[in-house]
Amino acid sequence: MVGEISIKDVHKKFPNTDPTKEDIVALNGFSLDIKPGSFVSLIGPSGCGKSTLLRIIGGLDKATKGELFLDGKEIRKPGSDRGFAFQGSNLFPWLTVEKNIAFGLKARHIYKEQKDAVAEYIKLVGLEGFEKSYPHQLSGGMQQRASLARALVGHPSVLLLDEPLGALDAFTRMNLQDEIIEIWKKHNMTMLMVTHDVDEAIYMSDQVVVMSARPSKVEAIIDINLPRPRARAQDTFQEYRSRILNVLNLGGKVDEVEYYL
Amino acid sequence: MKKKLFAVLKLLLPFLAIAISVLIYYTVSDNGKQKKTSHPYYLFLLYAIGAVILIEILIGSFNKDIRKRILHKAPFLTGVIVFLALLNFITTKTLLLPTLYFPSLDRIVGLLVESRVFLLKNVGDSLKLLITGFLWGATVGFLTGLALGYFKIVGYWLNPITKIIGPIPTTAWIPLALSTFPTTHGANVFLIAFAVWFPVTLMTSSGIQSINNVNFEVSRTLGASTLYQIVHVAIPAAMPSIFLGVFYGTVSSFATLMAVEMNGNASGIGWYINWQKSVMLYDGVYAGLIIIALICSLSLTLLFKVRDRVLTWQKGVIKW
Repeated sequence: MVGEISIKDVHKKFPNTDPTKEDIVALNGFSLDIKPGSFVSLIGPSGCGKSTLLRIIGGLDKATKGELFLDGKEIRKPGSDRGFAFQGSNLFPWLTVEKNIAFGLKARHIYKEQKDAVAEYIKLVGLEGFEKSYPHQLSGGMQQRASLARALVGHPSVLLLDEPLGALDAFTRMNLQDEIIEIWKKHNMTMLMVTHDVDEAIYMSDQVVVMSARPSKVEAIIDINLPRPRARAQDTFQEYRSRILNVLNLGGKVDEVEYYL
Repeated sequence: MKKKLFAVLKLLLPFLAIAISVLIYYTVSDNGKQKKTSHPYYLFLLYAIGAVILIEILIGSFNKDIRKRILHKAPFLTGVIVFLALLNFITTKTLLLPTLYFPSLDRIVGLLVESRVFLLKNVGDSLKLLITGFLWGATVGFLTGLALGYFKIVGYWLNPITKIIGPIPTTAWIPLALSTFPTTHGANVFLIAFAVWFPVTLMTSSGIQSINNVNFEVSRTLGASTLYQIVHVAIPAAMPSIFLGVFYGTVSSFATLMAVEMNGNASGIGWYINWQKSVMLYDGVYAGLIIIALICSLSLTLLFKVRDRVLTWQKGVIKW
């Protein structure tokens, strides 16, 4: 199985906007191994560098220090082995749904051989009948579906998701969570998702990586041992929830109050 | 029933206006100062307008869209006819305005008809100059704008130069261009090209610079090379802004066309207007103005038709 990610001691510094001040350290020796075919979520306080990490894995940014491997191959730049779903749909507004999804195949000059994949993925995300629509004619959820299809159509072994559902309403969001899980099961790929929604992380992932505030390191890795399909209202679900919130120091003080009583 | 009657009355209005105009033409006595024409050309114009409206009404009885359009336009056309009748009344029946500067409609329309071959030759010369200059200016402007907007290093070195040279009014270049270019035609093409070049460059480069960076990131994760990114992301994303530049450029190319034709050119509509003015034939001046209005308006209509084609994905920015 492909899609094994290995992150070794990755550092990332950004120059401060005030050049007289010190650089901003986003990642300070971050290490993580991700099993092929697993669904892993990165969660942490905002500005903790989780998106930065995802961008480095995607090849959009370079690590200041450290090494990253995908199936033993060092990651240096974007590649067809990784799909990237951005925050918001970010479809190209001047292209129809169909052409948006075909963009990557055309850019890699493999459109002729893999033409059928476009229709296949349009069907997979349930956008049949909207092939010729422009993004502004679609609802937010449909745009996000098209965006997922665009990231998936080149058959990457890893899909990197940067808060992909953040801009959607709660119902659309829950539906799309299920659809992403379906796609993941069907295609046997590794999913690495950045999210700030604890419930979303527990509902979708095999493993939740909780990151600390900047400079970021792994605070806890929590395996979610819940059978799928999962129920959001389950008791065990709530237990995971409080565990993660406690790691994030957002658990509240309920326990202490009881102790003093 | 009442609505239908109202529509019929509305459609009759232009014909009523034409009838009254013709009546005034023949019954009220002339001021005697306007040169007589061989034919009543003003009436011919009215009949032509009437014929077009009649044809539209006939087609409209089969086609709902045309029926709607002609119903909508009938009052406006009536207004136009009334305006022409007033103009004709003032210029031919009264002495309110000096007849030298305000020729009768008969004379203006007559000139357009009788000198059509000579006028068309001049229109052809003007259009040739305008199109050659426009194509040069738009092409070079697009390429410079692209380089300035996409490649930071090009922008660093060339932006200050563009910012100093670009805003110089084209007409200020006329003396230099005329003396340095081997032919007048070359100088004229350069001047029009220059007028188009600056707005196209500016709007192309600013259009590219204001593209949200995430578009480029998305295309990188999808495997696009730099060239592919320029052609398939930078240019289409900047297209609305590029079209604005082309629009501004087209408008300023009209101004430049007139300026160069009135300065040392020996053909073209601008030259024709200037020449007619110098021999005190103001009917020729008005005829020239009418032709220019038609050329400029049609050019912009064409430009916006192209834009609507290319930018179907975008909702209208400028209405034309």
